[in-house]
Amino acid sequence: MNTTSASIAAATRWRPWELALLVALPASWFLAGEGHSILGNEIAIFALFALSLDLILGYAGIISLGHAAFFGMGAYSAALFAKHVMPDPLVGLAVGIAAATVTGALSSVLVMRGSDLARLMITMGVAAILYELANKLPFTGGADGLQGVVMGPLLGRFEFDLYGRTAFGYSLVLLIVGLLIARRIIASPFGWSLRAIRDNRLRAAAIGLNVDQRLGVIYTISAAMAGAAGALLAQTTGFASLDVLDFHRSADTMLMLVIGGAGWLWGGVLGALGFKVLHDLLSAWTPQYWTFWLGLFLVVLVMVGRDRFFKPWTWWKKS
Amino acid sequence: MLTLLFDGIAYGMLLFVLAVGLAVTLGLMNFVNLAHGAFAMAGGYVTVLLMDRAGVPFLATLPLAFLIPAVFGAVAERTLYRPMYKRPHLDHVLFSIGLVFMAIAAVDYAVGSQQQIIKLPAWLQGRFEIAGVGIGKYRLFIVVVCLVLTALLQWVLARTRFGSRLRAAVDDPRVARGLGINVNTVFSVTFAVGSGLAGLGGALGAEVLGLDPSFPLKFMVYFLIVVVVGGTTTITGPLLAALLLGIADVFGKYYVPQLGAFIVYLLMVVILYFRPQGLFGRSAS
Repeated sequence: MNTTSASIAAATRWRPWELALLVALPASWFLAGEGHSILGNEIAIFALFALSLDLILGYAGIISLGHAAFFGMGAYSAALFAKHVMPDPLVGLAVGIAAATVTGALSSVLVMRGSDLARLMITMGVAAILYELANKLPFTGGADGLQGVVMGPLLGRFEFDLYGRTAFGYSLVLLIVGLLIARRIIASPFGWSLRAIRDNRLRAAAIGLNVDQRLGVIYTISAAMAGAAGALLAQTTGFASLDVLDFHRSADTMLMLVIGGAGWLWGGVLGALGFKVLHDLLSAWTPQYWTFWLGLFLVVLVMVGRDRFFKPWTWWKKS
Repeated sequence: MLTLLFDGIAYGMLLFVLAVGLAVTLGLMNFVNLAHGAFAMAGGYVTVLLMDRAGVPFLATLPLAFLIPAVFGAVAERTLYRPMYKRPHLDHVLFSIGLVFMAIAAVDYAVGSQQQIIKLPAWLQGRFEIAGVGIGKYRLFIVVVCLVLTALLQWVLARTRFGSRLRAAVDDPRVARGLGINVNTVFSVTFAVGSGLAGLGGALGAEVLGLDPSFPLKFMVYFLIVVVVGGTTTITGPLLAALLLGIADVFGKYYVPQLGAFIVYLLMVVILYFRPQGLFGRSAS
């Protein structure tokens, strides 16, 4: 076997720690018990959302400050569907994913061109437009949010309970499915071409890659995944509010990804976990001013550099 | 109708003064500084606190609202921003969002989260009519101050030695360096002045835009729109973009209030799609 296909094969092979992580996810459902399932559910949803951002930010190099657009799209359409059409969660999930996919496909045209800054503004603009729409449209409940969403039992059998046991399991299964799909994508030739585009767009185009088309495809896939995360949140909390489209949501997700490591499959999962732990520690300590320490953390993280920050033994070595 | 137009112009001029520093930062160092609004907020709070707690008259606080953010800017540029220039854009974004979070929480801690109310002196309150057009005195004051500042900036950029150095550095930092221009110093000064102008804009705008700790996040998008739509290569570009944005926003909120800021965002996305380098920018590499 030559070296190229060997290195590609190495990336697809399951390593022991990856299998361990994959086993740890379902195991967390049993460990969480009734006390921590709601928290676990939240983390699983954010992990899925961060994973979707990783596909475009970490692998394709699209800096997006408006990924909440698709999260919110999924959340609102799933909530509206459950409220007005039928309460089945899986059908609602499909509707949420579909709505986010369409939004993603339409707005993917917008991110294909321009500089980083123009893309930053366009993604932020799309999220802001959806935010304004959700705020003003007559059927979304405006600033009060969309209330009174009652979900039916999952698969017609498992009722959503007060402790979030069903919700956590539901979100975990989808997170694992998302991880497997993402893993398949980034190990494929398509995934490698995305990394080529991220590292040098001009050269990628010169070797015959259709850059715009590939960026459009991954952006749409990522939007669909974000929509699934949004739909999950709306379904498991029975509520969709403007908060799902807020700028904070996009920025927090980017932060999760950076904590966990962008351009790495497990970055979203570990980042969501790390972010939640950090958030809980800080807000337990200073409930009102925890954003200050979050900001400080971010500044220090970037100044020191992520790799050095998480490897203390390299701090006193010359870089 | 004309009153609205005038209000729009005043708003636009204000946005221009707030954002012009950001335009230079982006154009010169290609640094995406989302924390620009924090300097504007600093200026606003300098004015409000000096008036409230120390009883300093409004006009006398304005130079300080320029100076204090300028000093902040100079120090932050030296210590925090400079190592960041060579980093990828993602790092810029994260770093400056971190600064915004810190600024918001710090102001919340120091002053409190309530909306600050600015008490204008009597001679700036009320409005008068010229040929049937009602003109707010304070709006007129804003327009005059901003016009003077714009003329001053234009003069500095076009006529002085520092201005030509700055333009050279924006056009091609490497060649400028080769010609013996100390680009780092030029940039430090520009950053400080840009932060100072933002502070002044924040002080002037405290009455119009409102002032509370979430100011940097609320108006971040507006500053960025001015810069991105106007382009970073000229000073007239951001000026026109700011006026356009100000007028569009005032008219939009008056005639179709149910749409809110929707129109502004939609316009921005459409403009950026067709002209990613900005309406008035030259196509940059």
